[in-house]
Amino acid sequence: MSGRLVVEDPQSVAIAVRGVSKVHGHGPAAVLALDRIDFEVQRGEFVCIVGASGCGKSSLLHLIAGLDQPTSGQIGVTGGATSLMFQDPALFPWLSVEENVAFPLELRGVAKAERKSKVAELLALVHLEAFARRQPHELSGGMRQRVALARALANASHVLLMDEPFAALDAMMRDKLHEDLERIVAATGLTVLFVTHNVREAVRLGDRVLLFSSRPGRLAAQWDVAIPHPRRIESREVSELAALVTDRLRSSSASSPHAPAPEAAVS
Amino acid sequence: MPPLQKPLFPDSPVADDAAAAAVARAAVAPDLADAGFQLDGERRRRWWQRTLKALSPGFGGVLLLFLLWEAVVASGWRPEWVLPSPTKVLGRVWNELFYADTWIALRITMQRALLGYLIALAVGVALGLAMVRLKWLRGAFGGFTTGLQTMPSIVWFPFAILLFQLGEGAILFVVVLGAAPSIANGLLDAVDQIPPLLVKVGRSLGARGFSLYRRVVIPAALPGFVNGLKQGWAFSWRSLMAGELLVIIGDRPSVGTRLHFARELADAEGLMAWMVVVLAIGLLVHALGFGLAEQRMMSKRGLLGAQR
Repeated sequence: MSGRLVVEDPQSVAIAVRGVSKVHGHGPAAVLALDRIDFEVQRGEFVCIVGASGCGKSSLLHLIAGLDQPTSGQIGVTGGATSLMFQDPALFPWLSVEENVAFPLELRGVAKAERKSKVAELLALVHLEAFARRQPHELSGGMRQRVALARALANASHVLLMDEPFAALDAMMRDKLHEDLERIVAATGLTVLFVTHNVREAVRLGDRVLLFSSRPGRLAAQWDVAIPHPRRIESREVSELAALVTDRLRSSSASSPHAPAPEAAVS
Repeated sequence: MPPLQKPLFPDSPVADDAAAAAVARAAVAPDLADAGFQLDGERRRRWWQRTLKALSPGFGGVLLLFLLWEAVVASGWRPEWVLPSPTKVLGRVWNELFYADTWIALRITMQRALLGYLIALAVGVALGLAMVRLKWLRGAFGGFTTGLQTMPSIVWFPFAILLFQLGEGAILFVVVLGAAPSIANGLLDAVDQIPPLLVKVGRSLGARGFSLYRRVVIPAALPGFVNGLKQGWAFSWRSLMAGELLVIIGDRPSVGTRLHFARELADAEGLMAWMVVVLAIGLLVHALGFGLAEQRMMSKRGLLGAQR
């Protein structure tokens, strides 16, 4: 793929983003969505990107996933492959739960017996063994998102890109999925880049939080989250750091004339 | 965080996590319970129940029409030799079933229908796929195919007879022209309406090129495509009947020729009996050929909610 960066230190770096800019549209209607973004994600690191709407978070994930090309700059992913998850689980409605999870395995030509045991393993990981034969429409929103997670994990890449995956779920379901995700990441050593507009969620989950400003999207600040696991979204440490990030988010949005009021602190 | 050197789940870390998973699984139970997992009624029904269900809406309406018809005949609005009663007509249909000629006519008609439909299917799918892939082709012929669809097929017959003389070719030509545009347009609409997110997900999971088509695009387009197939059948059946009425081939008895001769002989009962046969075949193919398959597909995808 053109413009793909070869990661120099693949033993420790999973994602490298260097001077990446993205312009949407052409001529006078062109919008600078991302402005010279620079960062790295270490192997096994859980990095959250927060920012108000319009900060180019989703564009960045698309670029890293290779679904789109940057206007300038380079992106490298160790091993090349990434898995993507969206706010919409986007399960294939004509396939059962187990067939959805088996989808990437079949494409890779994994043998049937191995496929079967892998699917069972992944469904157990997201606590859906009992629902293997169901169709997606028979499941609740949280369960569908868990199937989507299992399917993304079946993609056999070390890097999981998540684009506001839990934004459409209620708070209880979201807590549950935070725990599941935390457990799965700890068990598998996955590298996760997680985009959200929910600051508390970012602090709850991330080893590191990157703050993007809006229009154009710029990397405005970052925090290391030193709070020990397991964390709770209501805990004092999480709230305190979230407040800090939210203050910074407000000030960075206020300086941008077009930015809407950040919805970030509400969670 | 352990550094990751191996592929995702070779064997160890997940298995070691089993105990922790079991604990978490217990905690997760409430949200599984709340979702209410009832199997669709559709799937529990036996095949004959599903068949009945697929047939019943059409035949309920037909029954109502027969009652109305009976009432009109009873009112004496027209003499019985012009407008026979439905019981007489149905009796005639029953009687006709015992003649070998009837079955020969039905066989020839259904052979034409099947052959015409299969050719229309091939042409329609090829045309539809070509228009999906080639933007310029769609620009050039997209509107034209829709126009073809609105054109009454009977308009084609004088030209078809000129091209193929009074023979099988003329009938086939018009049947294909009637059905192929519907099938092509159905395919085109179906592909247009695929949620882009599904395609994006398919690509991100490693489906590219042909496998993206086979595993994502085609199954996602299936409901819309089946609609086009249904419409294509309706158009091809109409075209066929028009053709058989116009193109009478001496040694080839058909449903159309039976209608034609009933008219020539002023045999109102026979005429209406064969009309009933035409209606019944159209409905049966529609319900059994498409209705069942469609019902199954829709219920599998959870798209029957509004009708239940």
